[in-house]
Amino acid sequence: MTTYPELIVLAPLLGAFFAGIAAWVESRISYAITLIAMGIATACAASVFTQVLASGTIQYRMAGWAPPMGIELRIDALNAMVLLLISVIALLNLVASYRNVEKETPDRASSFYVMYLLFVVGLLGVTATGDLFNLYVLIEITSLSSYTLIALGDRDKSAIASLNYVFIGVIGASFYLLGVGYIYIKTGTLNMVDAAAIMKTMTDSSAILVAFVLCILGIWIKMALFPLHVWLPNAYSSAPVGFARVVAPLMTKVMVYVMVRLMLTVFGLDYIFDTLNLSQAVVWLGTIAILAGGAMALYQKNLKKMLTYIIVCEIGYMVGGAWLGNQMGMTGAILHIINDAIMTFALFLAVGNMVYRLDRVDYTDLQGLFAKMPWTMAGFVLAAFSIVGVPPTCGFFSKWYLVLGAFEAGAYHFAAALIISSLLCAILFFKVFEICFFEPMSEGHGHDSHGPAAVMEEAPVSSLVVLGLVSVCLIVAGLYSGTIVDTLITPILN
Amino acid sequence: MELIPSIKPLLAVLVPLLVIPILVSSSSRPNVRESWIFIGGTIKFLLVVSMLPLVLSGKQIGLTLFQIAPGASIALRVDGLGMLFALVASCLYIVTSVYSIGYMRGLNEHGQTRFVSFFALAISATIGAAFSANLLTLYLFYEILSLATYPLVAHHEDAKSRISGRRYLTFILGTSIGLVLPAMIYCYHVTGTLEFSAAGIFAGQLSKPGATVLLLMFVFGFAKAGIMPFHSWLPAAMVAPTPVSALLHAVAVVKVGVFSIVRVITGIFGVDLMASFDLGVVIMTIASITILVGSFIALSQDELKRRLAFSTIAQLSYIVFGVALLTPTGLVGGVIHILMHAFGKITLFFCAGAIFVATGKKYISQMKGLGKKMPITFAAFFIGSLGVIGLPPSGGFYSKWNLLIGTLESGHAIFMVVLLLSSFLNAFYFLPIVYQGFFGTPEAAADETPGIQEANLCCVVPLAVTAVVSIVLFFFPGMFVDLIRLGLGI
Repeated sequence: MTTYPELIVLAPLLGAFFAGIAAWVESRISYAITLIAMGIATACAASVFTQVLASGTIQYRMAGWAPPMGIELRIDALNAMVLLLISVIALLNLVASYRNVEKETPDRASSFYVMYLLFVVGLLGVTATGDLFNLYVLIEITSLSSYTLIALGDRDKSAIASLNYVFIGVIGASFYLLGVGYIYIKTGTLNMVDAAAIMKTMTDSSAILVAFVLCILGIWIKMALFPLHVWLPNAYSSAPVGFARVVAPLMTKVMVYVMVRLMLTVFGLDYIFDTLNLSQAVVWLGTIAILAGGAMALYQKNLKKMLTYIIVCEIGYMVGGAWLGNQMGMTGAILHIINDAIMTFALFLAVGNMVYRLDRVDYTDLQGLFAKMPWTMAGFVLAAFSIVGVPPTCGFFSKWYLVLGAFEAGAYHFAAALIISSLLCAILFFKVFEICFFEPMSEGHGHDSHGPAAVMEEAPVSSLVVLGLVSVCLIVAGLYSGTIVDTLITPILN
Repeated sequence: MELIPSIKPLLAVLVPLLVIPILVSSSSRPNVRESWIFIGGTIKFLLVVSMLPLVLSGKQIGLTLFQIAPGASIALRVDGLGMLFALVASCLYIVTSVYSIGYMRGLNEHGQTRFVSFFALAISATIGAAFSANLLTLYLFYEILSLATYPLVAHHEDAKSRISGRRYLTFILGTSIGLVLPAMIYCYHVTGTLEFSAAGIFAGQLSKPGATVLLLMFVFGFAKAGIMPFHSWLPAAMVAPTPVSALLHAVAVVKVGVFSIVRVITGIFGVDLMASFDLGVVIMTIASITILVGSFIALSQDELKRRLAFSTIAQLSYIVFGVALLTPTGLVGGVIHILMHAFGKITLFFCAGAIFVATGKKYISQMKGLGKKMPITFAAFFIGSLGVIGLPPSGGFYSKWNLLIGTLESGHAIFMVVLLLSSFLNAFYFLPIVYQGFFGTPEAAADETPGIQEANLCCVVPLAVTAVVSIVLFFFPGMFVDLIRLGLGI
């Protein structure tokens, strides 16, 4: 079977170019081009995924140039999976958000699609690349396009939120770039595998230590690990729905992937856990991130805002899990990349539907929503249960591995934080459910009829279909987590 | 024990689930909707019964659905205990469905489709819990049941049900996530398995203090069993329509809690480990406190459903108590109380609901002289009371008898006092209701309208049926005892 790994990145890139040109004619053509480009990328990602599962790691040299000079795409089971996840979510969101984009940015729809494609190009490139410097460039492509897309949100807040994001994002990127500079000076290569092989021989070098710290710090800023998270809630909650729906599930997860990649492939787990012995401190950071994220979410009065703090909390899960220093914890963290992406996508799909009908999603706007939007709420409830960690939704199973890893490492505080965060999330979501279910409070005792029946005002069908599909995925991914772990994650870690 | 692979347990779990879309789509035609409830309920019951002969012949039926990790799977297995519980739940579901038609239509309740749909989901989860082959699967169905019953508790959509619903979730979900989940994962961490086995899954990995803490996390964590101090969700849940209180909060939900504790004691810890660490006494003490305090509180309640709720809290602890005796007779006495109490208590709840439908009365003090107007209801109430007190000729006598023998057998004769005292208290809080009902004089003259005024037929027939069954069980407990012995391997 011939696969085209390069097309995963190139199709959306060329798509962005043509969508930009098409914007002169008609925004609907831009949309069609975007859809086709994402379709091609998804198909390629799927074929690469099956190929990797069948015959192992794929190395692709751009234009035939060999590393260390040329650019290498290096796809193993881990990033094949993340590539598939990104492209599928980006494609589904295009289908789901068509009407939202039309409504929110009517005169700039084609610019939205162009930037959207560039954003996805960045994410896919970050995931596929085997080169440290390319990683930086692609992170910047992702970030620059997301600054623009966030600023497209039509409220006054979005410009400031975006600017804030720019400042902090640039700092994060600079840290990372500086770290890569150190690695280059020491090893003379930017290829991940080459650099890793050379660095193995110089584990006591303080330059490598500095490189490591800078790279990881930079990525932590980009992924919004508490207390480096301050840019995230405003940026994500003021972004237009069509973009919030992809940036929330994907951006932080891809950054977690980058962290895992740096740990596994570039610096090596032996270096991190044996030479530097950093596990404990970072697991504490993760613990604090979980609790702080959950606690701050409690204070929110807006659904979108609340969800963004849950993202901050979930990052704590993955960072803590990855740094537990055992296989269970790493398995849990990687599994959670997939699961959290699916459930955050489902949540934001549902929220997008609400925004489409209600415009605002402050808690007080949500009254009677079970009657008004029963299908949206059904998806929302299921996704919320997954965040809480109710079996058989997927959120339960990654939590299962994370807690097991915590027990194995003796990190009982981390296990406790995971349990407490489940309880906090239960409180957070049931607070919302109560408003949607009980309010506006009726006078009667519930007997007889309830006055005028609430009118059903659902979101566009395309959006609901996608939400339904993703909701099913929540359960399917959960029930098959054994298979996912056995075929995808365990082979990478051994 | 021989395991026969079959898809039947899965079907029994899924049937009500598959019926839900039909229920929702026929919401504007109540008769069609109700007939589908019966079709679903009957198929489920027949599926359960069809597995009975195999189980009675000493075999187990099961299948593994999903392998999550080595030693942790989502799997169903029908053994004696699960069969007993599934029989009770699926049979009473049909009876309750009849009753709930009478009740909900009699009161012209809103949201009936939502009500029956979540009811079906709840019963699905109950059967799933009964047929769970391991702790992970049990936990899964336990959680689904918690969440499926929330909309039923919150049914009235008013301020009171909002507060009750919140309390319900806080206790049920709070304990299951906060205590059971870490305890379960810890078990898996230590042993690498969660499969129930009569010998227990631990092989010397636990110290006595560790085992005690772990066991308490399970016993309190399965708060559906209503062990004090995690009991107060149950009286709060009484705001739900009476069919919910009757089937879910006297049979399905609460007994899933007790059933889970039974599984943990007999299948995870194992009777031998419990005995060697003397853990039985710890659990018996906790259960005894709940039995006595629950009974005393019941005595002081004037609202009938609340009195029944506190009585349920006390009776649930009988089951835990019996299992904690760790002797064959005690185990049989405890587990068979799942069955006996189910029929007794559901009768009492049906009666409470029938009185409310016919007269709108909720308080015991208003019920004087009502027996003359509702003789069938009050007669059934009397029989139900006998079952709960544990007097012949009701099935409840059989379990209490075994429990008493069990205390002697285990050498903890002092605990006999608890059982006897509790029986007296039970008699004190139930029999006056019956007496006042038949012989008391109504307070208001307006109540003096002569003649029989029973609730509608759909309400009366079910309560008569369950009352009769609860007497029949006194004479024919044999098959169920066999099931328990097979299930526990004693």
